[in-house]
Amino acid sequence: MSKLWHNNTLRALAFFSIMAFMLVLVGVNQSWSVAIAILNLCIISAIMSLGLNLQWGYAGLFNVGIMGFTALGGIAAVLVSYPPVKDAWQVGGLGILGSLVVLLATIAVCVTLYRKLQSSSYRWLVLSLIILVGYFLLRLVYEPAVKAIEATDPSRSGFLGGLGLPSLLSWLVGGLFAAGAAWFIGKIALGLKSDYLAIATLGIAEIVVSVLRNEDWLSRGVKNVTGVPRPVPYEVELQQSPRFIEWVSNWNSAKLAALDEVARNDALQKLVSDASSIAVKLSYTGLFTAVLLLILLLSVLALHSPWGRMVRAIRDNEVAASAMGKDVKGRHLQIFVLGSAVFGMAGAMLVTLDGQFTPGAYSPLRYTFLVWVMVMVGGSGNNLGAVLGGFVVWFLWVEAEPAGFWLMNTITSGLDDGNALRTHLINNAQYMRVIVMGLVLLLVMRFSPWGLLPEQNGQRR
Amino acid sequence: MTDFLNALVLLTNFVLLPAITYGSQLALGALGVTLLYAVLRFSNFAQGETMAMGTALAILCTTLLQSIGVSLGVLPTALLGMLPAIVIMWGVVLLTDRWVYRYYRTKRSKSIVFVMASVGVMFVMNGLVRFLLGAGDRNFEDGERFIISAADFKLMTGLEEGLALKTTQVITIVLAAILVIALFWFLQKTKTGKSMRAYSDNENLALLSGIDPHRVVRITWMISATLAVIAGVLYGLDKGYKPLSYFNLLLPIFAAVIVGGVGKPAGAILGGFVIAFTEGLLTYAYKAFLNYLVPPAWLPEGLIQFLSTEYKVAITFVILVIVLLVRPTGILRGKVI
Repeated sequence: MSKLWHNNTLRALAFFSIMAFMLVLVGVNQSWSVAIAILNLCIISAIMSLGLNLQWGYAGLFNVGIMGFTALGGIAAVLVSYPPVKDAWQVGGLGILGSLVVLLATIAVCVTLYRKLQSSSYRWLVLSLIILVGYFLLRLVYEPAVKAIEATDPSRSGFLGGLGLPSLLSWLVGGLFAAGAAWFIGKIALGLKSDYLAIATLGIAEIVVSVLRNEDWLSRGVKNVTGVPRPVPYEVELQQSPRFIEWVSNWNSAKLAALDEVARNDALQKLVSDASSIAVKLSYTGLFTAVLLLILLLSVLALHSPWGRMVRAIRDNEVAASAMGKDVKGRHLQIFVLGSAVFGMAGAMLVTLDGQFTPGAYSPLRYTFLVWVMVMVGGSGNNLGAVLGGFVVWFLWVEAEPAGFWLMNTITSGLDDGNALRTHLINNAQYMRVIVMGLVLLLVMRFSPWGLLPEQNGQRR
Repeated sequence: MTDFLNALVLLTNFVLLPAITYGSQLALGALGVTLLYAVLRFSNFAQGETMAMGTALAILCTTLLQSIGVSLGVLPTALLGMLPAIVIMWGVVLLTDRWVYRYYRTKRSKSIVFVMASVGVMFVMNGLVRFLLGAGDRNFEDGERFIISAADFKLMTGLEEGLALKTTQVITIVLAAILVIALFWFLQKTKTGKSMRAYSDNENLALLSGIDPHRVVRITWMISATLAVIAGVLYGLDKGYKPLSYFNLLLPIFAAVIVGGVGKPAGAILGGFVIAFTEGLLTYAYKAFLNYLVPPAWLPEGLIQFLSTEYKVAITFVILVIVLLVRPTGILRGKVI
């Protein structure tokens, strides 16, 4: 029996069956719509978890800025798929493009001079002067444009909108955005001690989120962007489509036949509206599953390739690997960029799923820390483990809130309703989740560092 | 001449004084991080939450003291309430070390494992703090608010601009100075301080000369927790207690440590002030200041502000990036990493 338990394939099968069973249980007890909604977020979580597994599990890179890369993906979803706001473009589009040109030109001049003036003692003086000039030029073009854009119909738009391209494309663009930011961070912080990467990623994440919260012309800031286009049909469209109604009534013909004319119509209407919501969610499930399987396949192939072996060799002994002529910094940069691109894609997918972009909702707890718990619980270094971790931890995270309230209610049931302690405990029960997740991370790290599905043929840390 | 004085007072009131105060708070937090780094060799991500937790406990103790009628007169009662909070936090960090970090220390794990564990500790503490006090803001300042209010200053000097000297600002600066002097004296002159520096310089050699490593680690944790609680309380008195703002202090604190030189106490202080002054000078709106110095007709429209205050974090980050690119060891040549 214990031999069977140590067989990873069987373990994976067992855990995934349990997970599926839990989701079915939610479907039967609560509603199928809820179960599929949880499943969709489980899949996105699994994708993020695969990205982190690439960084931490394969290469041992510590990224505490997942939130920032996810948010970059989110804004990509808006910028690509949202229809352009013509009026805003007319008044401020030129200014924004102009300031972009100024910005890029300043950076280009700086980089060139930085290289040219390698030995000159004026280097820093010249560079600071150029940055100063560039900055004032930028302000000159940028500010009037922003003012004009934010003044166009501020209650409904007040921003530039996007390009109006298909939203599936935005998933790729989200990946590219995040990859670009990761390249910048990696260039600076990789090659120094690992603590620096952690601090740098923490910083970039906070900057990205604060830019998205404050630059209203770009992201509407705290006013949120709603109505981000979807790659799947809307519920209302389905409810009005005769083919869909016919299909629903055929599906439920036995149930409907038992009712009389009036009741039948009412029942059909309710069934159609339920079915439309489930159909929309299921189409998302299909798309997300395709992405998940693709990334999983690529990750598994990469891990078992010569490249994967090299990367793990670097992780387990950097000095030895570098003595063998492996480019440690180069591989780390590559992996950091690839993993972050996966976060960007997941971020874009999340915004597409919600249909809205809320910069205020990005919190390090939900978007960085939870992903860490997923990878650690699932088994770092094992791709299937990361996917499993994504499913299990997201499921627990969603179900922990009602459980926490129930727990606090039960514990304090001896006290009367107005009791100060009881109200305090119940009001603050939501923070229990944070504590529990922190404890889970610490306990898994300490007592079961290989997670539910351990890494195979690798060295255990 | 009066114009020049007015401009100077304006700058002191809105930039220099707040920057010195904020710099002292950052320096205290950064000292804790840098000491832990010097001895335990990892960046403690939980330092911000240690500050938050210490402040939360201090608030509870202060409320308790106030309810039994204790008061420090013109000084905020929190200065007294902070003492039991420090003692409780000693217990908290020592238990955390016993349950979390010691295991990895005896296993000689990579430093990144410690960092990760500290992130776990950070979230547990974050949850505990909000569970304890809720997520809302608290103002726990009492006593005299100003030593010199802006109106008094105007009366005294006859200038148009006022210079308000807040009690919390003076307390912060004085307390920070005392603590820093005490800390340096401790590290340079006492036997325990010397053994700490020896342990930090060369662990094996220190062990050979009979230094008790457990004691060094314990004392480092206690000092760092003390600094964290005091920094947290001072920050809370100055700006009001918000649980989330302590998480946001983490980046400036790390930046201060790295800018000054990792593992160098003097560097942490220097770094704290570099960060605080750059933030203050770059986010100040110079319109009123320049109005006194140049004819108004020369001035452009707008506030003449380099960056809006929302981007303080970006300033910190840019300083950090510049230091990492140009001089990764920091201004005072800290640990070569």
